[in-house]
Amino acid sequence: MKIRVALAGNPNVGKSVVFNNLTGGHQHIGNWPGKTIDKAEGTVNYKGNEIYVIDLPGTYSLTAYSAEELIARDYIIQEKPDVVINIVDASNLERNLYLTLQLLELGANVIIALNKMDLAERENVKIDIERLEKKLGIPIIPMVAPKKEGMKELLDAIIKYAKKSVKREMNYNEKIERYIDEVEKIIEGKLEGFDKRWIAIKILENDKEVKKKIGKDLLSQCEEIREKMNKNVGDPEIALADARYQLIKDICGDVLTKERKVTVSDIIDSVLLDKFFGIPIFVSILWMIFQFGFMVSAPFCDFLGDGFAALSSVLSGATGIQWFDYLFFGDYGVLNGIGMVLSFVLLIILLYFALSLVEDFGYMARAAFLMDKIMRKLGLSGRAIIPMILGFGCNVPAIYATRMIPDEKDRLVAIVTNPLMLCGARLVFFSAIVGAVFGKAGGDVILSLYLLGIVLAFIVAIILRKTILKGRVSPFILELPPYQMPVPKVSLSKAWQRGKLFFTKAGKVVLPGILILGILLITSTSFTYTENAEESLAAAIGKAFLPIVAPLGWDWRLLVAALFGIVAKEIVLGASALLYGASEETIATTMASMYTPLQMYSYMVFILIYVPCIVTIGAIKQEAGSKWAIFTLIYGIILAYIMAWVVLGFGHLMGVV
Amino acid sequence: MIPLAMAPEGKILRIVGIRGGRGIMQRLMELGLVPGSTIRVIKSTGRGPILLEVKGSRIALGRGISMKLLVEVR
Repeated sequence: MKIRVALAGNPNVGKSVVFNNLTGGHQHIGNWPGKTIDKAEGTVNYKGNEIYVIDLPGTYSLTAYSAEELIARDYIIQEKPDVVINIVDASNLERNLYLTLQLLELGANVIIALNKMDLAERENVKIDIERLEKKLGIPIIPMVAPKKEGMKELLDAIIKYAKKSVKREMNYNEKIERYIDEVEKIIEGKLEGFDKRWIAIKILENDKEVKKKIGKDLLSQCEEIREKMNKNVGDPEIALADARYQLIKDICGDVLTKERKVTVSDIIDSVLLDKFFGIPIFVSILWMIFQFGFMVSAPFCDFLGDGFAALSSVLSGATGIQWFDYLFFGDYGVLNGIGMVLSFVLLIILLYFALSLVEDFGYMARAAFLMDKIMRKLGLSGRAIIPMILGFGCNVPAIYATRMIPDEKDRLVAIVTNPLMLCGARLVFFSAIVGAVFGKAGGDVILSLYLLGIVLAFIVAIILRKTILKGRVSPFILELPPYQMPVPKVSLSKAWQRGKLFFTKAGKVVLPGILILGILLITSTSFTYTENAEESLAAAIGKAFLPIVAPLGWDWRLLVAALFGIVAKEIVLGASALLYGASEETIATTMASMYTPLQMYSYMVFILIYVPCIVTIGAIKQEAGSKWAIFTLIYGIILAYIMAWVVLGFGHLMGVV
Repeated sequence: MIPLAMAPEGKILRIVGIRGGRGIMQRLMELGLVPGSTIRVIKSTGRGPILLEVKGSRIALGRGISMKLLVEVR
């Protein structure tokens, strides 16, 4: 028998652990159509049944106000899963039952998985499960998901109830039911395929999505009842929410006993959210994540880089066709490009793994809590601090980390400004040349570039907030979940899936990009093969744009080196060495002899800002769409040019030559 | 009756009213912040977000929004 199961529940109730326990290795993570919200699905075979499991987004409710809630409820309405497993946090029963009631309103076949029984016990929360089962009229399976306790019982319950629906109608108080009945009578028989009680409730709640489904005539009749309700019992939305909590209170009355005492989470919070130590602790935790990701991946990345370089040089010459060798097996060819993408995959997996552990522990919400005040003033949400800091390592995982920001506009601002964080690859070029050009002031120069990037990011964010992404940062409403031990296996599986997705999606942008740049470099202006960079199309482009950069005092080679930097920022160093006929060791002195420190600083400012590398562009395209990827490119170039020019002008004004 | 933002730390409060748009109101209600419910202020310092205990869970609210929740001290 084939059974389709959907997992629903509040955020932080352990849904992904249950999902992982159920599906093991047979899972797939993607996006919900048109959304950047994770969609996880998988299958499990149990006692001869093929069970398909989908993990719906974590929500507190099923209104039409957020994308997550719409996805969850539309799935249940349209796909009609055989069973909906509502994962409920036993240590926080009342609040969790609010969603349960709404799932029952939808007419879903609900089984409750009462998770975190161990935490409830530790916090002296006692639940009379039998009685709760009777009152709700649906099966309840107690469990401790990280220890896999209750999983077998849950699977058995899925099979038992899959074809034996336990549909159950919960009645609210008389004052409210009257109006629900009246609306139900009006829509009776008019809407096929929907639960009429649910439709009635949603009409009273003024749900814009549901109202779209109903004809004008019917709607105006319903609106009358809504008006009447508004007059007699007050705002229907509040009245219904209140009615649900009233019912929950009645249900919990003789089912739930709890003693309030200081919990472990309270104690941890008193340290981690401390007025003085909170932020320093946050910075050190991020530092550890950062170090973990970059230090652990470094040797593997080097190994991958060397391996692919060696492979390239072995294969090079095999065909005897020069242009082919260059494009596929050259230093900046496709094969080395694959090696580069692979080393990013590893970095993404490691950083995502570490971030996911910290998030599952419950700390990410605390970080947002700590940083919200400062970030909000600067046009960004508190949660944007994590991608910002990751951006100093690499903008690619940073772009993916913006998924933690729920509001779409907040998230776009964070994505678009992220490339301004000076990443490790740009540092390669900067640190190689500052010594020869600026002498002892080199360190200060680099520090100034870091700061400039941060300041510009905030300025761009504030401008975006006042123009194309108009609006205030969305209000801060966030649950700080109880701390819990993360399950490394679950985090690892999430990270692995994320890395895989990056490889397939970003690869589609990176490899063609490398090919195009390669072709520009080896094709002469008369469209024949050339090894002399000066004759290439790239040089021609550089020279064509020379009048534009002439006020900055560059020659065409600086421009072409910047063009190379689009592939990967560290290439700027190798490319300029190549173009100036120097080596990576001597290029700094060559440049120092050709340009004034001011000109070099202006060029470095340009390199800091101009365009994100192609992998970052791929990540932005994947996460925000082509439109925003192109926007980031264009504003980057314009801002970089203006800033390079401002630096020069300001320098001259101050008498620096 | 005072805005929640001005409530002192450690006090047990009752929500009297919520002002604000529909979307915000629903988000507050789904977290248990309905008129009539009892909450406790765990942390409220300076101008950062305020931390509440609501029906056994910890909810953080920004300053702006906590000005829109009216409460009375029990």
